[in-house]
Amino acid sequence: MSFAAAFFYLFAAVLVGSAFMVISSRNPVYSVLFLILAFVNAAGLFILLGVEFLALILVVVYVGAVAVLFLFVVMMLDVDFVELRQGFLQYLPVGAIVGLIFLAELVLVVGTWISGPGVTVTKTAVMTYPKGNTHAIGQVLYTDYIYFFQIAGFVLLVAMIGAIVLTLRHKANVKRQNISAQVNRMPEDAIKVVKVRPGQGI
Amino acid sequence: MRLDQTARAFFLTELVSGFMLAMRYFFAPKSTINYPFEKNPISPRFRGEHALRRYPNGEERCIACKLCEAICPAQAITIEAGPRRNDGTRRTTRYDIDMVKCIYCGFCQEACPVDAIVEGPNFEFATETREELYYDKEKLLANGDRWEREIARSIAADAPYR
Amino acid sequence: MSWLDTLIHVLIILAQSLGLLVGLLIVIAYLLLADRKIWAAVQMRRGPNVVGPFGLFQSFADLLKFVLKEPVIPSGANKVAFLLAPLVTCVLALAAWVVIPLADGWVVADLNLGTLYIFAISSLGVYGIIMGGWASNSKYPFLAALRSAAQMVSYEVSIGFVIVTVLMCAGSLQLSKIVEAQDTSLGLFGWYWLPLLPMFVIFYVSALAETNRPPFDLVEAESELVAGFMTEYGSTPYLLFMLGEYVAIVTMCALATIMFLGGWLSPIPFAPFTWVPGIVWFLLKVCFMFFLFAMAKAIVPRYRYDQLMRLGWKVFLPISLVAVIVVASVLFFTGNAPQ
Repeated sequence: MSFAAAFFYLFAAVLVGSAFMVISSRNPVYSVLFLILAFVNAAGLFILLGVEFLALILVVVYVGAVAVLFLFVVMMLDVDFVELRQGFLQYLPVGAIVGLIFLAELVLVVGTWISGPGVTVTKTAVMTYPKGNTHAIGQVLYTDYIYFFQIAGFVLLVAMIGAIVLTLRHKANVKRQNISAQVNRMPEDAIKVVKVRPGQGI
Repeated sequence: MRLDQTARAFFLTELVSGFMLAMRYFFAPKSTINYPFEKNPISPRFRGEHALRRYPNGEERCIACKLCEAICPAQAITIEAGPRRNDGTRRTTRYDIDMVKCIYCGFCQEACPVDAIVEGPNFEFATETREELYYDKEKLLANGDRWEREIARSIAADAPYR
Repeated sequence: MSWLDTLIHVLIILAQSLGLLVGLLIVIAYLLLADRKIWAAVQMRRGPNVVGPFGLFQSFADLLKFVLKEPVIPSGANKVAFLLAPLVTCVLALAAWVVIPLADGWVVADLNLGTLYIFAISSLGVYGIIMGGWASNSKYPFLAALRSAAQMVSYEVSIGFVIVTVLMCAGSLQLSKIVEAQDTSLGLFGWYWLPLLPMFVIFYVSALAETNRPPFDLVEAESELVAGFMTEYGSTPYLLFMLGEYVAIVTMCALATIMFLGGWLSPIPFAPFTWVPGIVWFLLKVCFMFFLFAMAKAIVPRYRYDQLMRLGWKVFLPISLVAVIVVASVLFFTGNAPQ
């Protein structure tokens, strides 16, 4: 067994185990932490496949940003675990039906799967590119798939604008700080030196 | 926004000038002293640790008049007087200062008619337990013997202004 | 490759890592002392000067003190996460150093995505703080954790764009390639700090925010949050947090050195100066960057939280976005883009 295979089984086992812990642990914060572990192990699997760019982007985007926000939200939640588990039996039949349907579909899909000739040969080969896979991904992403790439970007932009529009409230009586105005204020704008004679006032 | 302000913001002149100022102080002589090895000069009126003085012939100065006990705003002083002696003076049998209560106001020193209780120049008498700070007569007299030279010099230096 | 070769290979890497670790920790011990000395000097104080000559053994005395203290775990704390958090911070901070080239060829693993690797590792640093703050089960650490999560995520964005401009100029994410791309006959003036000066400034400020250094140390703002996420920590766990923090700072200094100050290159590219070993130049530049970090601590007052967020999202993000476009356009239209 080569080192790569040993690491594959290590990463895969930890990935599956932590994925299971995500849904089974009682504390939602633990769930998110196991989710992070799952992401990191997925990144490890990507590195074994030779696509280190995707692996690191997975870490940067999902672990470094998305999961932080998950954790942020989950930590803020005040979850009552007793209450949470009360509805468990009530929803069990529905959940079981959905799960069974999903399983059946998966079995149908996998059962009718036909691999093309030659796929099994290249399946385990480590992908190599002359200029690294960052270059290869860029080459494909910005030429053949430029429209899809841009449309995906626009979808995200629209989602972001939508979220801002839904939550932005301009309150009329809230004072806001204008830092550049503050910084640029000069003594002569703010102070006037006046000579006041005794008994006369201003 | 004016042009010069924009330029100043763009080139971060305020940050740079602040940095230069900090660098000037960086190389400026230090204003702190290397304390346990160097010490600042202290005033002759400095009010530090208490001491009971003696006359040059070894006689205690304190005559148990209890003026210090009376004036002490923190009521830190406790005095018990002994019987009148043959020469017509009294001496204390007990002279305790609770240094934990003491506020170092110097009133005892001002009240003393014979310059017996004084606050010396010593301020390094920290202890590890509270009990060590309940000074009795023996301790105060020992302080007086130890610090007599400095105390006498301080009193002499301060005398013209009194 | 037989398994013996593999074993020797692994052993060599282990020895290299150990050497790097020891060297790094010694350098950090003295940078920590330098930090305190610089801060003291600006305030006209002497700084630590009792332990050893000029206080040179102060950091080791502190280390001994922290290790010998009794670790206290609050009864309401989540024990596993509480003890895991400082380890995460420290290990992640140290892990970034495997890709940093100290001199020509002096690197444990010269990944061809080195910059991205450091970026990814430093973005994980926030977990130590969040876990520590949450596991302490106390109000101040929790508030600090919430602050830090938003702060570090915000400033990562602008650091990411700064890295993009540098990699467009160098044509590689490999740190040694980035240094080699700055090796011109101009010496000092061929390094990227000059053409990318605004990016250098943004990187410097964002690195301050990313490593929770003053003026962006809202995570541990002692006047507001006691000691922030470290409030409940003491002894060795606290030491690990502290160590992780300083390692992250030195990592940022090293990254700035490599991306903008030409890494191990000599500032004057001819004879007597090029004989000096690269590691010396590298260390000198890291020390210079650290000096800038320490001076920022000494001269700038702490930002308010909304000002911090404004600076990150409304000032640095637009500037760095525009800079990416400008740099790309200039490189493309002048034909200087690396192939």
